[in-house]
Amino acid sequence: MMSWVSAVAAFVLVAHVAAVAQTAPAAKPAQSAAPPGRVDAGGALYKKVGCYQCHANEAQGGLSGPRIGPNLFPFARFSEYIRKPTGEMPPYTPKVLSDQDVADIYAWVQARPRPPAVNTLPQLAP
Amino acid sequence: MGRRRRSRSGLERRRFLQQGALAGAALVAAPRVADAQAAAPPAQAPPPVMTHAAEGAAPADVLVLRDEERAGSDFMVDVFKSLGFEYFFANPGSSFRGLHESVINYGGNRSPELITCCHEESSVAMAHAYFKAEGKPAAIMAHGTVGLQHASMAIYNAWCDRVPVYVILGNHADAALRRGPEWYHGVQDAAAMVRDYTKWDDFPWSLTHFAESAVRAYQVAMTPPMAPVVMVLDGGLQEHPVPRSERFGIPRPSLPVPPQGERGAVEEAAKLLVAAEYPVLVADRMARTPNGMTRLVELAETLQAAVIDQGSRMNFPSRHPLNQTLRARAAVAEADVVLGLELVDYWGTVNALRDQLHRSTRRVAKPTAKLISITTGDLYIRANYQDFRRLQEIDLAIGADAEATLPALVDAVKRLVTADRRRVYEERGAKLTQASRAAAEAARVAATYAWEASPVSVARLCAEVWAQIRNEDWSLVSSYYSNDQTNWPRRLWNFDRSYQWLGHAGGGGIGYGAPAAVGGALANRRHGRLSVAIQTDGDMMYAPGVIWTAAHHRIPLLTVMNNNRAYHQEIMHVQKMCNARNRGVDRGEIGSQLLDPNIDYAKLAQSMGVYAEGPIENPNDLGPAIRRALAVVKKGDPALVDVVTQAR
Repeated sequence: MMSWVSAVAAFVLVAHVAAVAQTAPAAKPAQSAAPPGRVDAGGALYKKVGCYQCHANEAQGGLSGPRIGPNLFPFARFSEYIRKPTGEMPPYTPKVLSDQDVADIYAWVQARPRPPAVNTLPQLAP
Repeated sequence: MGRRRRSRSGLERRRFLQQGALAGAALVAAPRVADAQAAAPPAQAPPPVMTHAAEGAAPADVLVLRDEERAGSDFMVDVFKSLGFEYFFANPGSSFRGLHESVINYGGNRSPELITCCHEESSVAMAHAYFKAEGKPAAIMAHGTVGLQHASMAIYNAWCDRVPVYVILGNHADAALRRGPEWYHGVQDAAAMVRDYTKWDDFPWSLTHFAESAVRAYQVAMTPPMAPVVMVLDGGLQEHPVPRSERFGIPRPSLPVPPQGERGAVEEAAKLLVAAEYPVLVADRMARTPNGMTRLVELAETLQAAVIDQGSRMNFPSRHPLNQTLRARAAVAEADVVLGLELVDYWGTVNALRDQLHRSTRRVAKPTAKLISITTGDLYIRANYQDFRRLQEIDLAIGADAEATLPALVDAVKRLVTADRRRVYEERGAKLTQASRAAAEAARVAATYAWEASPVSVARLCAEVWAQIRNEDWSLVSSYYSNDQTNWPRRLWNFDRSYQWLGHAGGGGIGYGAPAAVGGALANRRHGRLSVAIQTDGDMMYAPGVIWTAAHHRIPLLTVMNNNRAYHQEIMHVQKMCNARNRGVDRGEIGSQLLDPNIDYAKLAQSMGVYAEGPIENPNDLGPAIRRALAVVKKGDPALVDVVTQAR
């Protein structure tokens, strides 16, 4: 049986993080500070280690996790949060996700396509 | 099925009991077992079964109801009709065959009408959602043992959701008269199994007893806080004849007026709200009727206060400028007064729990924030199942029905509002309007990401459905995801009518969504509303036979499968454990996926006579498919579109 009770509790903090992420000015990622990452390998890792479960297949955010890219966080913040999350996200230690893995995932997230303008989509008309 | 043999003395004893005589007197009148065994009765009137003499007796004549008699269950139908039941949901069972036959023949299968279900869990979930759409309870029938065991999880859901479901159980109490299977279906105390999560039950011994208890059960179920009730009906009481000349009274139900908050306490609450700089109104199981939403809008607009709709009921229009549900936590953090209206979890509203290896909590609301509560939850609590949540200290707790109390509260607030306060409110309302518009716009923009992705994003799915139904008189009858506050329909669609949102399962038991959608659609059918379900695949697989029920009974319902091929929330939980134990997370999906083979929901639906398309993986194919399915639904039949979606 699904424990929606815990899910609701879990969502509360994640939503807060999401709200911060979605309402904060889009920080210019410090591309120069990011180590070289491999987009294809990052995409495979994104699926393999379960990022998509909360952040959805294209890093656009889902019911339980905020959008994480592209162009939302500098690498340092991205990496730091993965190691020491302050919300509901489980921590990823170097044992299960190396620094290179994190860089690969970051590269893949940064490479996600930009969405169409909202006003061009009649399905989303207010 | 062979007809039961019965002695005349046994029959008379039955009649005596059914006529409401004292059980003690009946014991005197009934023959003792030793007497029955000693005197071999004539072949035309064989002795009761399970006696030594019966072993060698010839078969009895076929016994049919005489013209001057009627079945006990016919009278039961009279009582149920008097209570206004329109539907009985049931998977057939021999322990209530007497009542079943009376419903379809004596009662003409009209009010109540039998709805054929393929699982007792479906029966209850359908009745559960039917109530939330129609505001009237429905009944289910089930065996007192195996049927109730199937039904029990759904009854627990209804109880957690404080929804009245009228549970009728068949049972054969008299062990001397049981057929072989009735031993498995017989039980001393059938309701014991669910007594922890039902409000009242009875096992009547006579028809007079039945009539009073049936009406009492209805009254108990419908008195806030509402909850399921159980009536156990003995097979003998259902099946044995009673003289037509015997008249049994049917009590008139007297539903108590829901308790309204005490006047002084209501005025104190009004003072706190009027004086507050940032009052927040939080509603969960508040709106029992459409009037609940109307009154909450009136209170919010009078105060220009923020409103958070926690979603167990349709409490507040989703696009109302004062609706701050999409930024609920921020609103609570800012509040100096919080008014909780039938909150399931007050503690969780003003605190947060962090689910990591070591769980931690923190207060979200200001320490100085005044907390007011109006709830019937304070009037009813049970010990075993822990749905009462953590204890929250409340500054002003009003043990009353919130909807019933709102008119008095609105009046008290209006009396206290001054011109100065009104100016403050206008400024506050303007800021809240700005905030809700920004949140709604952010939701629209968020939905654009992964717009062209395959599998289809859940946001795209919901946007495509909305584009097709927005100009219809629609009702979202699925429970959708467990988190009701911020799911995609609530973020993108304009909910402004009481039947457009039916809340969730209550107890979090999966398997509620599909049958609840059909039950809600059944209620909507008579009103000509377009019923829509966004149906998760894991939920559907608990009891997919409900698709057949929708087809058989011609219940129009558009089902759009949110087919993400896994129990993804459970994957997240396992993943959390993998991370916490530092063992790697690449195996976290084992045990929670619905892959290999993929389930073809279109074929599943087609096999039960339902129009269906899919699986759809290209998001651009979705709109046309929904349009085609919608055309079928508008003709009065169910239809299903299977969409392969992203995780959540």
